[in-house]
Amino acid sequence: MKPPRFEYLAPASVDEALEMLAAWGERAKPLAGGQSLVPLLNFRLVRPDALVDLNGLGELAGLREEDGWLAIGAMTRQRAVERSPVVRARCPLLADAMPLIGHFQIRNRGTVGGSLAHADPAAELPAVVTALGGELVVRSRRGRRTLPAAQFFQGYLTTALAPDELLVGVRLPAAPPGTGAAFLEVSRRHGDFALVGVAAQVTLDGDGVCTRAAVALTGVGPVPVAAEDAARLLVGQRPGPALFEEAGRAASAGLAPDGDLHASAEYRAHVAGVLTRRALARAAERAREAGR
Amino acid sequence: MTERTIRVTVNGRPWEGRVEARKTLADFLRDDLGLTGTHLGCEHGVCGACTVLVDGEAVRSCLLFAVQMHGAEILTVEGLADGERLHPLQEAFWEHHALQCGFCTPGFLMSLVSFLRDTPDPSEREIREALAGNLCRCTGYQNIVTAVRAAAGRLAGASRGAGTASS
Repeated sequence: MKPPRFEYLAPASVDEALEMLAAWGERAKPLAGGQSLVPLLNFRLVRPDALVDLNGLGELAGLREEDGWLAIGAMTRQRAVERSPVVRARCPLLADAMPLIGHFQIRNRGTVGGSLAHADPAAELPAVVTALGGELVVRSRRGRRTLPAAQFFQGYLTTALAPDELLVGVRLPAAPPGTGAAFLEVSRRHGDFALVGVAAQVTLDGDGVCTRAAVALTGVGPVPVAAEDAARLLVGQRPGPALFEEAGRAASAGLAPDGDLHASAEYRAHVAGVLTRRALARAAERAREAGR
Repeated sequence: MTERTIRVTVNGRPWEGRVEARKTLADFLRDDLGLTGTHLGCEHGVCGACTVLVDGEAVRSCLLFAVQMHGAEILTVEGLADGERLHPLQEAFWEHHALQCGFCTPGFLMSLVSFLRDTPDPSEREIREALAGNLCRCTGYQNIVTAVRAAAGRLAGASRGAGTASS
């Protein structure tokens, strides 16, 4: 229950961090908030020769609006996102998801980039990025590339990041006017990992007709699942209970979750449908309130 | 480097010395500084027993390395009382029987000090949510909820009495 020995590297700039990652390759791990990596170190499930501590890199922390997008630095603490009025106003789905991540003590230290790069199949942030069609910004000494969620998340705790690459930030499209969102999940205790979670966002025009809808699920597979069939049902309609019900069935039908000791596959698929219905209903209600 | 020199302030006292890179903040506090009030339960961030304040924010000291703390101000349960006078939260725990064996208590106290600072007049739901990150295996949580409510009232009264702006 104590971490193995490692070299501690504390770069003063992103460029220096990228040099270190290039030099050490697979033998090094970037250390962000450490809320997932340090437990793995303590259990000795990972034994890197070196840790590249990103906590001194102020240039990776902070969020700003740019051209209709919300750009969030990888080292932005989850607690800062949770408390941000900009996030509340421009990215209501993210605002709704933040309090569900771990406990406040975890969010005080945990970072946006750390959670995304860890890619836990039950985590909230990967589902938010998937639902919104966000972009993950990756840098290495070789250059910079931007990946959509479907390419970034590749499997259980596995991303497209090469050993010399660093996730430096995420970009989320700002919500258009008349948008409401809801992130709902079922967990055994507040703050525990979700058995199933649903991210939903709905945009309504002045007549209450849905112009855009997005749904993504977490906890039902190795990577977040975009429930496109369910979302499509709403577009062009004035959504109500019958449509939410149908969307819930559609979301549930496309799933093939694994069962484990916490929940069977059947239970997960069922809960996914119920939560999709509820999340869409709440998102639509909030969209109506926002449009008023 | 597998070892580094750090300078930290713990409970108001400066400390400087060498620490091994892999030593967690919790082990550093306990082994190097002898501050054994910070307890280690699960060592992977679940139980909350090791919670301390780093630069005013409640964090798991089992998930941080001491080498990362260079320049930081740390508050542990040993720093809560003012000499012989217990912190209002400690008094409330005592009066409302919010502890039994006491193993989890330092973590609860440190979490709640920051919670009550940020949420001076919490609802019962907010209190219960704030407690979710700490595990207690003997007393149960009901008396802890009662103690938090009592402490919130006392802290609010104290800051009003002192004429300070607590918002």
